[in-house]
Formats: sequence, structure tokens, C-alpha cells
Amino acid sequence: MIKFQNVTKIYPPDTTVLHDICFEVKEGEFVSIVGKSGAGKTTLVKLILGLEEPTSGSVFFAGKNISEAYGADLQEIRRKIGGIYQDYKLLPAKTVYENVAYVMAVEGKENEEIISQVPKVLEVIGLAEKSNNFPKELSGGEQQRLAIARALVNHPDVVIADEPTGNLDPYNTYEVIRLLQKIHQSGKTVILSTHDREIVNKLGKRVITIENGRVVRDEEKGRFII
Amino acid sequence: MLTNLKRVFHFAFIDFYRNKGMSVAAIFVLTITMLLVTGLFFMRGVSNFLVETIQNKIDIAAYFKADTEEKDILTVKEEILKDSPDIKSIKYVSREEALNDFIEKHKDNNTFLKSLTEVGENPFLASLNIITNGSTAQYEQVSNTLQKDEYDTFIEKVDFSEKKGTIEKIFSITSNINKFGLILGAVLVLVAVSVVFNTIKLIIESSKDEIATMKIVGASTWLIKAPFIIQGAIFGAIAFTTCLLVTLAVTYFLSPGLSVIMPGFILFEYFILNLWMIILIQLGFGVGLGIASSFIVVRKYLKV
Repeated sequence: MIKFQNVTKIYPPDTTVLHDICFEVKEGEFVSIVGKSGAGKTTLVKLILGLEEPTSGSVFFAGKNISEAYGADLQEIRRKIGGIYQDYKLLPAKTVYENVAYVMAVEGKENEEIISQVPKVLEVIGLAEKSNNFPKELSGGEQQRLAIARALVNHPDVVIADEPTGNLDPYNTYEVIRLLQKIHQSGKTVILSTHDREIVNKLGKRVITIENGRVVRDEEKGRFII
Repeated sequence: MLTNLKRVFHFAFIDFYRNKGMSVAAIFVLTITMLLVTGLFFMRGVSNFLVETIQNKIDIAAYFKADTEEKDILTVKEEILKDSPDIKSIKYVSREEALNDFIEKHKDNNTFLKSLTEVGENPFLASLNIITNGSTAQYEQVSNTLQKDEYDTFIEKVDFSEKKGTIEKIFSITSNINKFGLILGAVLVLVAVSVVFNTIKLIIESSKDEIATMKIVGASTWLIKAPFIIQGAIFGAIAFTTCLLVTLAVTYFLSPGLSVIMPGFILFEYFILNLWMIILIQLGFGVGLGIASSFIVVRKYLKV
């Protein structure tokens, strides 16, 4: 599904963030990418979303070279990826309802479908009563739940969570991880980038460990070892 | 397509309403710009009127010797018209007419009338009063015709040579006023355009993160860009309406006062006569500038 082929990323003038990265994530897998802060995890996520281009090597999504995709092709790839981020990346000027409705509009869904689906999704994540609130009026946990709802509403092929629990308390962290497991159980590919040892060890899934921009470990049922 | 169009209009109006403060700031700046440009248009109208008024007051007077026959004077008139067909006006004033004009003008002043009686005969000379289209070149041409050797026997004197310096000075001043007005106008318009552009840039810059998020979720360029461009058009449309109403009110109320200072120039009439041009200028600077600024700024943030 996602393939990194000898990917190196150097930020000018000479900061090497990723060095000759090679790995593949298969459809339906749950992969944790772990490493200290600054190890290069977020750059990996940006490369998958086409927000950065590799200095050398290639990143493939469903067989397509992302760094060669532009315009409508790149937008199409991004629509197939549900993103969950540490800073939530919600649309601050839109309400809870509109945040979810917007991604459905992006996908080209009809108004009738949006009107019927969004309240259901908000009900599931427990934000139905806050549908007219703006993101800044929600707690951190609520904002992250909204981000998850937004990531899932279009049924993406892959869900990428980049430090999704970084700003959350233990209760909300547990909630988010539980939701990610549920998403995986429904057959989706999940990529979790984190530096939370406890989460990774509890999951008992595949773990790719990055240190100083290099993959130092890739284990099928891995643990957080740094 | 229609659904998408409705959506971008919906997004634009919602954003416009929610960012009231910034929307008002943008409309204010656009209105000021449009008023400035409209003001420059009116200034040009006033300056053209003044220049024309001054030019109309400058004439050439050719005085003919007392014994010159009327047919010879009319020959000179024909000659001038032949050499300078686009001349504004040329009027023959006979000796009798000149005398009558003088008497009429000074009918209440006994000293002038007494001195006329003492002279005994009509002291006035027949003349041709010429008003050109305003260029110094045409003045020269008329003067050259009048100074031809064949007319030496008829013409007593030509007033042009005496006024030449003044005329040239006036033309130089009016031409400089036009040049200066044009340069000042261009500079002011440039400053205004840059202020509008930067105001809209600041507004869109506050949505920088939002644009980045829209890109990440896979929104098409059109879906991101269009609401900002429509917002720019809304700013412009409101600023245009405000500006047109202000211009209407200002010209209506200033018109009588200005007519006292500049007789013959009716500001409100000038506004009505040039209404379409003013609408075009205001629409161009309002809606056009609003749309263009939004388009350029959003494009900058879409470069991924």
C-alpha cells in the first residue's frame, strides 16, 4: 500500500533528516513508527501526504509515485488518506459540523448525504451536542475526536496518526488508541507515529524504529526499544 | 458543478460574515482607494475646465489701419481660416462696433465720454479678435499669417507679440499642471493599490493554516481559492456601492458652492455626464482589485 524506496531527505543546506529509508506497509496492517523527537517521524508522514518531496528515492502510495503526482492526482491521493495530527489541524473558522461536512464536500458528496451522515458521525464520537461550536470551544480530547471523525468520514484507505496523543491526558489518550484499534479492526491500514512507549508496547503490532533518520529496527510484533 | 458553485458561494458568505472585523477593514480600505481614484478623476475635470477657461481668455487681436476697407479685413480673415481651419473663433469688429462697445461699457463714466468728445472723431480701429484651439503652435501660425508682407499696408499692430510671453507662460503652467497631475495621480493610485493588496494579504494570511489544512484533506485548488476570490468581490461590491453613494452626495452638496468659485463648472452635472466612466473606474478599482488581490495572495499559499 505504502512503500519507501531508498528515501533520503536533506533540508538545505545540509541537515539530513531521513537517510536511505526502505520499508513497505501492506494493506490492512497496523504499523507504529517510533523514535525520539526529531528522529524524522513527521517528515515521513509529510512525504506520504506529498507535503515534502524526497531529496532522493521514491515514496509510493497504491503503486503511484507520490513525488511525481501533482494537482488533481495529488489531491486524489490525499483524499484516500485520513490524517490525525498532534495539533489536530482542524478548520478554526468552521464549526464542528462544518469541519466534517467540508471533507465530504471535498470528496464531492451530495448535500443530502452530508446532511444525513454528519450528525450520525458526530453522534458516534460524542460531539452531536457541540455541532455548532467552533474548534477553539472544544477541549483537547474533543478536538482530537473531531479530527478522527473528519479522518474517517470519507472511508479512507489509510489512516495516518502523527503523534495523535501528544497533547492529551491519559484518559483521552486511551480513547484515541481504542478508536485507532477499532479502525484497524474494520480492515483499514493504520500508521501510528509516536514516541509513547506505553502505547506501543500495549498494541503489540509491527513497530518500525527510527533513530537519527535511519530505520534501526522493523519487527512484526515489536516493542518500544530506544 | 452547480452544487460546487453553491458551496463556494456559501463558504465565501459565511467567512465574510464570521470575519466581520476584517471584512469591514477591507471594505474601508477599498472605499478609500476608490474615493481617491474618483477624486483624481474629478480633479482632472476641474483642471481641464480651468485650463480651457484660461485658454479661452487668451486671444490675438489684429488692429487695422483707419483707412483699411472692410473687404480687405475680411480677406485677411479668410486667409487665417484657410491656414488654420481648426481655429476656435475669429470675430471681425468694425470701427463703429468698437466705438459703440466702448460707449456702452463706459456709459456711466462721464470722464471717458467727455474725452471721446474732445478727440472729435472715432479713435478706434477695426480689428479681428482670434481665439485659437489653445496650442502655442497655432498662435504662431496665426501670427505668421498676420505678419505677411502683403498685409503690412492694412495692419496697424498685432497684439500677439505683446502677449506672447504671457501666453507661453500660461501654456507651460497648464501643461505642467497636467503632467504633474498625471504623475501624482499615478503615484497615488500605486500607493492605494499596494495598500489594498496588503490589506487583503493580511486577511488571507490569517487563514494560512486553514488553507494548509484544506490542502492536506485533498481539497481541489478551485474549492480553496474560489471562496477567497468571491470574498474579494463582495468587499469590492460593497465598497463600490458605498463609494458611488458618497460621490453622489458629495457632488450634489458641493456643486452650488463650487459654482460660485468656478462659474460655469457644475460639479453635479459633471458627475451625471461622466456617470458611466465613474462607475467603470469604481468597479475596476473595487471589484477588480478585490478579486485580483485575493487571487494573487491565495495562489501564494497554494504552492504545494
